[in-house]
Amino acid sequence: MFVSTELFAAAQMDLTPGVTAISQEVYELHTLILWICVIIGAGVFGVIFISIFKHRKSKGAVAANFHDNMTVEVLWTVIPFLILIGMAIPAAKTLIKMESPADDAEVTIKITGYQWKWNYDYMHEGFNYFSNLAQSSKDAVNSDNPKDREGINYLLDVDNRMVIPANKKVRFLMTSNDVIHSWWVPDFAVKKDAIPGYINEAWTIVPKEGVYRGQCAELCGKDHGFMPIVVEVKSEADYAAWVAEKKGVAAAAAAGDSKTWTMDELMAKGKDIYNASCAACHMAEGQGIPAAGFPALKASAIATGPVAAHLDIVINGSKVNPAMAAYGAQMSDADLAAVITYERNAWGNNTGDAVQPADVKAARK
Amino acid sequence: MTDQNQQKNENSKVVKKLLLATVFMFGFGYALVPLYNIFCDITGLNGKTSDQAAVVKAADIDNNRWVTVEFIGNLNDNMPWKFRPAISKMKVRPGEPSRINYVAKNVSSSSITGNAVPSVSPGQAAKYFTKTECFCFTQQELKSGEEKEMPVVFIVDKNLPKRINTVTLSYTFFNSPVAKKEKSSVSMAKK
Amino acid sequence: MSDDHHDHKPTGLGRWLFSTNHKDIGTMYLWFSFIMLFIGGGMAMIIRAELYQPGMQLVDPDFFNQMTTLHGLIMVFGVIMPAFVGFANWLVPMMIGAPDMALPRMNNMSFWILPFAFGTLLSTLFMEGSAPNFGWTFYAPLSTTYGPASTDYFIFGVHLMGISSIMGSINVIVTILNMRAPGMTLMKMPIFVWTWLITAFLLIAVMPVLAGVVTMMLTDRNFGTSFFEAAGGGDPVMFQHVFWFFGHPEVYIMILPSFGIISQIIPTFARKKLFGYSSMVYATASIAILSFIVWAHHMYTVGMPLAGELFFMLATMLIAVPTGVKVFNWTATMWKGSLTFETPMLFSVAFIILFTIGGFSGLMMSITPVDFQYHDTYFIVAHFHYVLVTGALFAIFAGAYYWLPKWTGNMYDETLGKVHFWISLVSVNVLFFPMHFLGLAGMPRRIPDYALQFTDFNQMASIGAFVFGGIQLLFLYIVIKCIRGGEKATDQVWEGAEGLEFEQLPSPAPFHSFTQAPEVK
Repeated sequence: MFVSTELFAAAQMDLTPGVTAISQEVYELHTLILWICVIIGAGVFGVIFISIFKHRKSKGAVAANFHDNMTVEVLWTVIPFLILIGMAIPAAKTLIKMESPADDAEVTIKITGYQWKWNYDYMHEGFNYFSNLAQSSKDAVNSDNPKDREGINYLLDVDNRMVIPANKKVRFLMTSNDVIHSWWVPDFAVKKDAIPGYINEAWTIVPKEGVYRGQCAELCGKDHGFMPIVVEVKSEADYAAWVAEKKGVAAAAAAGDSKTWTMDELMAKGKDIYNASCAACHMAEGQGIPAAGFPALKASAIATGPVAAHLDIVINGSKVNPAMAAYGAQMSDADLAAVITYERNAWGNNTGDAVQPADVKAARK
Repeated sequence: MTDQNQQKNENSKVVKKLLLATVFMFGFGYALVPLYNIFCDITGLNGKTSDQAAVVKAADIDNNRWVTVEFIGNLNDNMPWKFRPAISKMKVRPGEPSRINYVAKNVSSSSITGNAVPSVSPGQAAKYFTKTECFCFTQQELKSGEEKEMPVVFIVDKNLPKRINTVTLSYTFFNSPVAKKEKSSVSMAKK
Repeated sequence: MSDDHHDHKPTGLGRWLFSTNHKDIGTMYLWFSFIMLFIGGGMAMIIRAELYQPGMQLVDPDFFNQMTTLHGLIMVFGVIMPAFVGFANWLVPMMIGAPDMALPRMNNMSFWILPFAFGTLLSTLFMEGSAPNFGWTFYAPLSTTYGPASTDYFIFGVHLMGISSIMGSINVIVTILNMRAPGMTLMKMPIFVWTWLITAFLLIAVMPVLAGVVTMMLTDRNFGTSFFEAAGGGDPVMFQHVFWFFGHPEVYIMILPSFGIISQIIPTFARKKLFGYSSMVYATASIAILSFIVWAHHMYTVGMPLAGELFFMLATMLIAVPTGVKVFNWTATMWKGSLTFETPMLFSVAFIILFTIGGFSGLMMSITPVDFQYHDTYFIVAHFHYVLVTGALFAIFAGAYYWLPKWTGNMYDETLGKVHFWISLVSVNVLFFPMHFLGLAGMPRRIPDYALQFTDFNQMASIGAFVFGGIQLLFLYIVIKCIRGGEKATDQVWEGAEGLEFEQLPSPAPFHSFTQAPEVK
C-alpha cells in the first residue's frame, strides 16, 4: 500500500503481511491504525513544538488568559470518538472472520504444549510425534563462537516439523500437558494459548508452499525461548505422501518394540533421545543442575544402581519432584529402553546394562 | 479540644467505611470464583460442559443436518496412563443420543485415580452439548496394568447454531492425589 | 497569616523509625523508591547484558526468568507506587492546608511495612532453589503447581505490600475528604490532589482482589484447594481473569498521579492556568471507572468467545477518549503561554510526547485481531515501558525537581539537571523504541536468547539501557547535592507557581506546617 512499508519490511521493522488471506487483512488493519496514530501524533506534537518555539518567554511571549473553552473540549472529545468508531468497524469485521468456526477443515491437528517442546497429533491419521528445538541450535546456545549460530535458523529450527497441505483448511486444537504455552506462527497470524485441561481452536488456509517459523508465546518455564515451531506447507500430493510415510513410521515404531536391539543400536538411539528430551535439565554430560533441583545422572545412584528403580522413575516420574515427568506415557518401549541404556553407560557410568523394549514393557505393568 | 475530637470522629467515620470497602472487595475477589463459574455455565462460554448427567426427554431429532463430533483424549503431566477415544470422530444427528467409548490403561506400577476434565471447542458449542452418561462425572481408579472402557453418552442439542457444524470434545485426565478427601469441601471452584 | 514555625524536629534514628510526620514519611518513601530503582534497574542491566547478543553468555535461562520477574515486581510495587505515595505524603497536606495526614501513626506503619515486604521478596534470591521465575504476572499453573518453594515468600511479600497500599490509601482519602482548609471545595483542590483521591479509591477497590488471588494461590499450593488446578475442578484461565481485574486498574494507579504532577508543572512554566480544570477532573474519573471493564484485553489469546473479545476491544478503545482529552488540555495550557524550560518543564513536555507514543501503541494493541500478532512480544514490552518509564518515571523526575526546592530550601543544580534530562531522554528512546520493531518482527517476550535477525535492535536497546541506567547516578548526585546546599530557593520557588505550598509556606517548608488552617481564596 505504501512504498515505505516495503522498506520497513526489509529492515525487519514492520509486522509481516504473512502468507494467508487473514494475515494480510491483519497486516492492513495494523497499517491503518498505525498511520492514523502517526497522523494524529504528528498533529498534536506539531502543535506542541510550535508552542515551544513561538510561545517562549525568552522570545517575549506574554501569557494569554484563557483556560476554558466548551466548544473545543466537545470537539476534541467527539472527533476522537468518531475516529475510534472508524477503526472499530474494520477491526470487528476481521475478528469475526478469524473466529468463525473451522467447520470444513480437511486436516485437524491437535497441538500439545509440553515443557519444552510441542507434540503434533494428526488425530484422524493415527500418528503423533514430538517437535523439539533442533540439536544444532541446542549445541550453539553456549558456544563462544558466534559463527556456530549462523546458517542454522538458530532457535527457529526443529527436529520434526509440522507438515500441512497448501490451500486446505487446517484446524488446530491446542492444549497443554503441564503449564500454559502459546502456539504462534506470525506468517499465519495464528496465536492461541495452549492451556492444560482446555481445548482451544484456530484455523488457517495457507496458499503458498514453504517453511514458516514461529515461537512459543507464553512464559512456560526456563526453556520458554527454546521451543520453536516450524510448519512446512507442502502440495496436496506431497502432503499425502508424507502422511503415508509417517503412518509407516508409526507402524515401524510399534515393530521396534518387539525386536531385540544391540548395545550399539540402543546407545545411538538413546543418545538422540537423551539430547532431545532429557538434556534440558540433566545436561549434555549428565551433570545436571543440582542447585536448581535437577540431579546429575553421571555417577548417580539411579543410573548405576538397580535397573528396576531407574525404570520406575523414568516410566512413572518422580514421586517427590514434579519436575521429573512420567515419560512412560510419552515414549514407546523401544525409546525408553534406548534412553535408559544410554544413561546407564554414558559419561563413565559403564554399567554394561542393555535394557530391551521387552524389559520396559514388563516394568510398566 | 472539641475541634480535634470532632475531627477525629469525622475521620473515624470515613475510615470505617473504607475498611468496610476493603473487606468487601476482598470478599468480592473470592466471590469472583463462583461468579465466574456461574457466568460460564449460563453462557456456556469457556468450553465447560456440565458435570452432572442431563435428564433428557425424548426430544425430536433433526434429520436435516449432520454435526461432526471429534474426540480427543489427553493426559496431564504425571499421569502414566494411555488414554484414547475408540474413534476420532463421528457424524451425529442433533437431538439423537450417541455413544462413544474412551479407553484408558494404567501403564504404571501403582494404582492411580484420575479425574477427567472436559473441554469443548468451539466454546459456544458447550452449552449445546449435554451428556447423560459420562466417566467425567466421577473419579476413575485404575489399578496397575488395568485397562477400562469409559463410555460417554451425549446429545448435541438441535438448537446448535447453524454456523457450527464441527464440535470437538476433549477430556484431559489429571492425577488426583486428593482422591481420598471429599473434593467438594476442599475446592471452592465449581467443577 | 503565617503559621507557627514549628521547626524543631526529633533527632536520631528514632526520628525516622517512629515518625508521624508526613514530610519525613514522604522523604522515606522517596528514598526507599530510589534505592529500589537501583536494585530493579540493576536487574534490568543484567537482562540487557545477556540480551546484548545471541547465545547465552552470562546467566542461565532460569536465572534470567528470575531477573525479569523480580525486575517487574520491584519496579511496579517498589519504585513507582512508593514514589507516588511519597509525593502524596509530602504534598497533599500542604496543598489542602492540613497540618498532616489524617492518621499519622498508620502512616508510619504503611511505610515501614515496605522494607520488610521487599526484604522478604529479595531474600528469595538467596533461598535454595529459584527465586520467583514466572513473570510479575505469575500465571497459574506455572506459579502454583510448578512454582519454586520461594513462591510462598513471594506471596507473603505481596500481602505486606498490599496492606501498606491499602492503609496508605485510606489515609489519603480521609485526609482529602475531611481535612481541607475552610474554603477549599473539591473543585478548588489542586489537580494533583484530585488524581490522588481517585487513585486511592482505585487502590482500595483492587488491592484486596490481589490479596485474594495470592491467597488462593497460597491455599492451592499448600492447603489442597483447587482454585486454579484443573485437576481439582479449578481453572487456570480464571486466575487470569481475577489477576487482571486487579492488574488493569493497577496500571492506572501507576499513571494517574503522574497526570496530576504534570498538571501542576505545566501551568507553572507556561505561566497560565491549567486548561479545562473540570474536564481534567472528569477525564481522570472516567479513566478510573473505565479501567474496571477492560481487563480481558490482556487475555485475547486465551480462547475467549467472540462476544467477549468484541466487548473488551471496544471498551479498551474508549479509554483513548478521556486520555486524549488530557493530552489536548496540557497542550492547550502551553499554547499561548509564556514558556520557560527549566528541568521540571523539560521532563513534563517529554512526558506528554512520549507517554502519548505509549498510548498509541496501546491503542494499536486494543484491536483484537492485530493483538494476536503483538501479544507476548516485545511490542507489548515497548508499550508498557513507554507509559511507565517515559511516563510515570519521568513524571516522578519532574516532580522531584519541581518540589525539591520547596522541601529542602535549596535550588538543585540546573545545569546538571538539564544534563540528566537530555542524556535520559536520548538513551531511554534508544533503549525502548527499537523494541517496537523487535515485537513486530516477531520476537517474543521473556526469552533469554533470540534468533539472529533480532540482534541489531537488541544491541541498540542494550546500549541505551547501560547509558540510561548509568545517568541515574547523576540524578542521585543532584538530589544529594541539593539536600546539602545550593542557591537558596525563594518561597515561591518558580515565577508561575501557584498553590498553598508555594503561596503560603516558606522554603524549606517547616517541619509542622499549617498548624492553623490557612485562608483559601
